[in-house]
Amino acid sequence: MQFPALLSTRVLGNFLTDNAFLGITAVGMTFVIISGGIDLSVGAVIGFTGVLVAVLISSVGMHPLAAFAIALAIAALFGAAMGLAIHYLQVPAFIVTLAGMFLARGGASVITQDSVPINHEFYSYLTSLAIRMPGGGKLSFIGMLMVLVFLVGAVLAHRTRFGSYVYALGGNATSASLMGVPVVRTTVTIYMLSSVLACLAGLVFSLYTSAGYPLAAVGVELDAIGAVVIGGTLLTGGYGFVFGSFVGVMLLGLVQTYIIFDGTLSSWWTKIVIGFLLFLFIVLQRLVFAASTRADRSPGGA
Amino acid sequence: MNAARVWVTNPRHDNARPAGIPAGFVAGPRRRGKHGGSELTQTAFRMEARGVSKVFGNNTALDAVDFGLLPGEVHALLGENGAGKSTLIKILTGAYQPDGGSIHVDGVEVEFDSPLDAQSYGIGTVYQEVNLLPNRSVAENLFLGHQPTRFGLVDRRRMDREARVLLTRYGLDIDPSSELGMHSVAVQQIVAIARAVQLSGKVLILDEPTASLDRDEVQRLFEVVSGLKQQGLAIVFITHFLDQVFALDARVTVLRNGKLVETSELGEMTRTDLVRRMLGKDIAFSGSTSLEAERAFDEVLMSFTDYGRKRSVQPFTLDVHKGEVIGVAGLLGSGRTEMARIMFGVDPADSGSVTLRGKAVSIKAATDAIGYGIGFCPEDRKADGIFGDLSVRENIVIALQGKLGWFRALNRDEQLELAGQFGEAMDIRAASLDMPVKLLSGGNQQKVILARWMATDPDFLILDEPTRGIDVGAHAEIVRTINRLRNDGMALLVISSEIDEVVAYSSRVVVMRDREMVAELRGQEINPGIIVQAIAAHEEAST
Repeated sequence: MQFPALLSTRVLGNFLTDNAFLGITAVGMTFVIISGGIDLSVGAVIGFTGVLVAVLISSVGMHPLAAFAIALAIAALFGAAMGLAIHYLQVPAFIVTLAGMFLARGGASVITQDSVPINHEFYSYLTSLAIRMPGGGKLSFIGMLMVLVFLVGAVLAHRTRFGSYVYALGGNATSASLMGVPVVRTTVTIYMLSSVLACLAGLVFSLYTSAGYPLAAVGVELDAIGAVVIGGTLLTGGYGFVFGSFVGVMLLGLVQTYIIFDGTLSSWWTKIVIGFLLFLFIVLQRLVFAASTRADRSPGGA
Repeated sequence: MNAARVWVTNPRHDNARPAGIPAGFVAGPRRRGKHGGSELTQTAFRMEARGVSKVFGNNTALDAVDFGLLPGEVHALLGENGAGKSTLIKILTGAYQPDGGSIHVDGVEVEFDSPLDAQSYGIGTVYQEVNLLPNRSVAENLFLGHQPTRFGLVDRRRMDREARVLLTRYGLDIDPSSELGMHSVAVQQIVAIARAVQLSGKVLILDEPTASLDRDEVQRLFEVVSGLKQQGLAIVFITHFLDQVFALDARVTVLRNGKLVETSELGEMTRTDLVRRMLGKDIAFSGSTSLEAERAFDEVLMSFTDYGRKRSVQPFTLDVHKGEVIGVAGLLGSGRTEMARIMFGVDPADSGSVTLRGKAVSIKAATDAIGYGIGFCPEDRKADGIFGDLSVRENIVIALQGKLGWFRALNRDEQLELAGQFGEAMDIRAASLDMPVKLLSGGNQQKVILARWMATDPDFLILDEPTRGIDVGAHAEIVRTINRLRNDGMALLVISSEIDEVVAYSSRVVVMRDREMVAELRGQEINPGIIVQAIAAHEEAST
């Protein structure tokens, strides 16, 4: 190991904290991708949430909890609307969520063009919440929140009827509807979940930065998709694990941390390494998939 | 109802009772008329369609059809393409809503909004393509939407346990937690049946369940179906294989052109009787003999020897001569389209050999076939043949461009000249060669496809149902065109369900049945009676 400090609990704590917003976003993205869709709006929703909450707290003088509730409600409606559009207008999720991305990003810029700082004691309280780990590391509130979201997401995906409907939609939407899967309800719930989790990620991001900025988290949707794919979820839908996305997020975070530790490389190297990783994983997926289909065909085939 | 012609009434029809049904079930004379005894009539029908009609635009797909389904019977629904079978099935399963008539389940009138709604009334359906989820476990496919839960979470262990119990009843010993896609189509089909029976339990509709199964698998499926019949389930069975109708000892309902032809016990009926009802042909043994029958052909163009493909068509041997029209007759699903696809290399053959003008060649893809001067007009014009949004001109030159390759692009003037020349030769009536093909009538679209292949100057042209869905006038023109091309020395292979048409232009007729070439008729043998008989069976005596 080149940097033994990488393994300390302090780094681990920071690691979870730094990647909390990406992790939470990736959980929602996992559901969307397993169902055979995609959600490009999440980065913009993070930005919008940050700005909205910042303005509501700093300019309007609202209590953060009330601001959070408003943001989450708006995100839920936003996601539901995208789900409905995808189902009823028969427009690909790619297009609908791209429109959603422009809407949310534009909406954020309409609220304010500048970075709005948040100074509220409740914010300070939340950021100070942490569990001390042996070795001097701190598990922050947002780090714990991410772990919690992953656990709830895993149970939701793998142990509930809703979860099985999500896989069913990704496997074969026609079969799913013939088998009695409530397609509309499931689609709407999936995109609501993704938007709400993106909003939650936005709240985490605003706790993390103590500010709201309309251009925050640009491109995070792609990081989230990358993490999900690296975690083994097929972009074509139907296959994947929530825990895999956790591994994906951690891997992306690790690359970033490693390059920062190295210090000699420019931070853009992160992108290059991630690009290679992503490519590698996609090739790997194809190979595994091809091998498994060949195995299926051989017995009793022909 | 009155419009439907009743062919033969089986004398045993009225008091016939399928085996396994207690006497009390058949409560009285079966109603014939649509408005028969109205609400007073208590029938034993588990499910019944009374005078259902369905209209699409100007086309009456189903015309006042009655259909009754008894508990504990296998009821085969027969008919050629366009007979209205699938429309009726879609109405029975709630995918379509009828424009007229009514649906009754256990004597109570019902309306289905959706397949799900029908399912709640006890109507379960298994489709030709297995409509399950290959990416999920067998158990989950059985119980999706009804998984046993504990504290709101799916209880996997209990689900697997229940699945195992359920599957053993169908003679399947597989791991319920294994992925469904890992199993053979037959197993998937049985899982689909198990699910449908589990969730509905009154009526099971099997829509061509055997289409992609091999012989042993079909046998296995039949055992399952027979078992369910014993249990008193009412089963609708749709198939193109008449053998299966006899094997299951099904009651049969035959539809033709959207009308009910007959519902009857199999009884003394033979395969020929069934085919005659399906095709609507009175067997006239003195049918017209083809004019070309006696013509001699000596120049062999292509020769297929033991040419076949597993799961598609049994190996066949056929010589194609210059200047002849080979008619291919057979019911839908008999392997006639598959034969054409193999000849053209869309599905490459995996056995046998082919020679072109005496030289061995290999046709592994459609581009090979085009290179050897073969053309193919597929059956489903809209899906496989026409590029609806492209212009008439582009549609005509596209195959020629394919033959020339990527680097010798035809310029617009050349394209226009070619399109004009062949468009005129084929008498395509279009306002402009630059209008989108989808705006033309069916007959003209067919002529565009013919013109497309004419432009490549083929030696051998395969036409699959060239006259389907076009009006009578255009129909005659296509037939005239076929004759003209033949006279110009081209070899043609024409697949058609219209027996009269086959008789009119064929110099030889190949008959397909159960994916096998079963007869080659020539000369005096080419008449509708003999063709129908060949389609029906050779082992007539054995049934």
